[in-house]
Amino acid sequence: MKDQSNSSKQQKPKLTKAERRELQEAQRAAKAAAKGEGNKASATATSANARPAKAVKPAQKSDNASVAATEKKGGDFPHEKDRKKDVPQPRLQYDDKSRVEKAKRRSVVKQTEARNRVELFRHLPQYEHGSQLPDLEAKFFDLYPMHPAVYKVGLQYISGDISGGNDRCIAMLQAFQEAIKDYKVPPEKSLGRDLTAKIGSYVSFLIECRPLSISMGNAIRFLKSQIAKLPLTLSESEAKTSLQADIERFISEKIVLANKVIVKHAVTKIRDGDVLLTYGSSLAVEMILLHAHELGKQFRVVIVDSRPKLRGQQLLRRLVEKGLNCTYTHINGVSYIMHEVSRVFLGAESILSNGTVYSRVGTASVAMVAHAARVPVIVCCEAYKFHERVQLDSICSNELGDPEVISNVPGRMDVNHLNGWADIENLQLLNLIYDAMPSDYVSMIVTDYGMVPPTSVPVIVREYGREQVWI
Amino acid sequence: MDFQVVVLAGGVSKKLLPLVSHELPNALLPVANRPVLSYVVELLELSNLKDLIVVVEGKDTALNVGAWISGAYADRLHVEVAAVPEDVGTAGAIRAIARHLYAKDILIVSGDLVSDVPIGAVAATHRRHDAVVTALLCNTPVSGPLESVSSGGKDKAKKPGRYDLIGLDPTKQFLLHIATGAEVEKDLRIQKSILRSVGQVEIRADLMDAHLYAFKRSVLLEVLDQNGEFHSLKHDVLPYLVRSQLKSEVLLNGTPQAEENGTEKVISQSNQQMLSQILANASEPTFHLRHELSTNGSDSVRRTHKCCVYIAGSNKYCARLNSLQAYNDINRDVIGEASHLSGYSFSSHNNIIDPTAELGAKTTVGPHCMLGEGSQMGDKCSVKRSVIGRHCRIGANVKVVNSVVMNHVTIGDGCSIQGSVICSNVQLQERATLKDCQVGAGYMVTAGSDCKGEVLTKK
Repeated sequence: MKDQSNSSKQQKPKLTKAERRELQEAQRAAKAAAKGEGNKASATATSANARPAKAVKPAQKSDNASVAATEKKGGDFPHEKDRKKDVPQPRLQYDDKSRVEKAKRRSVVKQTEARNRVELFRHLPQYEHGSQLPDLEAKFFDLYPMHPAVYKVGLQYISGDISGGNDRCIAMLQAFQEAIKDYKVPPEKSLGRDLTAKIGSYVSFLIECRPLSISMGNAIRFLKSQIAKLPLTLSESEAKTSLQADIERFISEKIVLANKVIVKHAVTKIRDGDVLLTYGSSLAVEMILLHAHELGKQFRVVIVDSRPKLRGQQLLRRLVEKGLNCTYTHINGVSYIMHEVSRVFLGAESILSNGTVYSRVGTASVAMVAHAARVPVIVCCEAYKFHERVQLDSICSNELGDPEVISNVPGRMDVNHLNGWADIENLQLLNLIYDAMPSDYVSMIVTDYGMVPPTSVPVIVREYGREQVWI
Repeated sequence: MDFQVVVLAGGVSKKLLPLVSHELPNALLPVANRPVLSYVVELLELSNLKDLIVVVEGKDTALNVGAWISGAYADRLHVEVAAVPEDVGTAGAIRAIARHLYAKDILIVSGDLVSDVPIGAVAATHRRHDAVVTALLCNTPVSGPLESVSSGGKDKAKKPGRYDLIGLDPTKQFLLHIATGAEVEKDLRIQKSILRSVGQVEIRADLMDAHLYAFKRSVLLEVLDQNGEFHSLKHDVLPYLVRSQLKSEVLLNGTPQAEENGTEKVISQSNQQMLSQILANASEPTFHLRHELSTNGSDSVRRTHKCCVYIAGSNKYCARLNSLQAYNDINRDVIGEASHLSGYSFSSHNNIIDPTAELGAKTTVGPHCMLGEGSQMGDKCSVKRSVIGRHCRIGANVKVVNSVVMNHVTIGDGCSIQGSVICSNVQLQERATLKDCQVGAGYMVTAGSDCKGEVLTKK
């Protein structure tokens, strides 16, 4: 694990001597802790020692590259005893050939690199989308160690049946619940370590199917910390039911209940006669609008949508069924419609520590137009999606979708000018999934901890993000 | 992966009558010198499914099949042979073995399927959509010449309906309508509710149901219990499930999950509802969900279940051995285009000649032929596109074209066999000419006889 971190450090710009010394101290401390850990028969009760053991365990597994990426994607909170956690390891950069080769050898899903890759985004994974699903399907019966529920979720990710931060997170957690239910501790192994390793392998499989979203990373970190905190006196079945209950509580408190609280706060911001604009389809925003309508407020909704997914159409259908007054437009018309709008409600995939809002591509543009027209922008996001990472642009970390869906319009066979784009060498198609909105555009963030300005996000992450306070 | 495999090996079918007999049941009919059941078993073994239940009609047949299986696959697979009474139909067969089924999903394969479609793909599609049934569809095989001549009797007016009418949704993932051969003459009836929910139905006549289904076990057993009159899976159960997919009456989750494990896992009712609503609003709601949500407000909750399909790629081979014509075609294909299925390696002349076979002088064996072990051919013979079994004695000047000759056959000099099937232990005396005939086991064709399109069996 240390070799890995060293080689990956070489990619970053040279650390100063003090930082390198600090890193070395932290690694030595971790090694000593791990050795002391290994002498004991099972995981110790104190979470401090369990954490390096847990962090080291997944790293010592064979497929450690992607798991390390998951682990460190969340980063770890500073703890008195292990300072090495201060510096999160960089994620797997896909333009580093040797690490990509290593990861590919261990991978379950066979990926073929896409043709005509965009140079600027070479550090992100870009694969041909057509062949993944049939290939994974054909291997259905070969992958015995994979739990069927996890496999099913992986298939659903690849085929696009489930997309959207909340849905993916819930599907993954429910699959883990089932996997835990069917899990049996092998003899002479401790439940904590073995289960953590198993969850790590499931997570790396899911990453291969589709890169994790930030909320999923937080949920996985929560699950691993809960496993580590299990007292040793519990029997196997008690431990399993306790973990299942924890997952259930996470879903119901951090997602379902959080959305209800957000709705309660945000409807106070809607007055009669408002014209509200939203982009794409966000669960929180939809619930706010429906609740406000139930309360009898009179307002209009403008839904801005964009290709290729056209998620706004489903939101439109659901709102119209409930009787709301809706207008629908595409993103090329947003600057025209902004003059009529009094407030903008947006959803988010995640909010980062410097107040940057990371959400579906196009959201940043809508917020910028709103800012220019002096329309307040209200972002609604559950607190479990907050992250202490800082991102200044949408290039260093993003996700690339299938370029084919840009090149054709469903239902319009005559619009086929981009057929055969892959053969043209100097033509590259880029389908970005996410973008980053600077905090200046955001007037207020509504979370389940209340209505806060964007500068309060690191406070929430720090105070409420510790694993003791998760649930 | 929580799947159980059931192979329906049938018994002694009437459609293949001169070829099959009490000693040689359907399942053991040789295709390219291998029993047809071996193709299914090999396919399952390739997909890593080592635990099978083989259902055979009739006790003696079951013993026969069981003996062969344990001889051939004793160490590699774990096979349970179950005998059911004759003529119960495929649904009855499943009812009979219901107590052996415990996995969450059941894969039901017909024993006469010759194919190389990856079974994992069908199972994965089934799981991905959480479907109640998933059917494998393949392109209808193009049948060779001599279509209705061999089907006993000169009934040219009655064309066997070898194709099915399949209704698919625009994304080609869900099965909206299925009508099998015999019903095709009458009108086609499509549920209006299905048409309204989906919007667009594509009806195809070029796809064939390959009789490989993945069923959810609880639903299958429930349907069979409630409808005791269902006789066949393909003709009764599958259309029933497809018709009722938007008005589902089957209990999808087995026992209701009212009881928890006694911990503080208390989820309030509204939370649960909201959770299901969140998941229902997931990206691409299928027409099932749209139908469910749109009928909200009525007191009875409309449940729906999904019937999915997996369409085999056009480069995969898939055929069912359910008629004499199919027998000829499959034999030809397995040594011809689909030669990778036969498992043999081809010689340089593109045919398979067993090393112990002896060929006389000036005997030619053309491409796409197969010669079994211990067979002897006389001088000046010519074999074209045919399969010859083991330990045959073939005289001189014999022409065998487009035919299947099974084991231990004696063919006299000067015979000419075209487009026929000759079963085991048959003796053909000199200068017999057979064209498009089927000769049952143990028969003796007298010298100089000239038969066209006949079925010759021992009385």
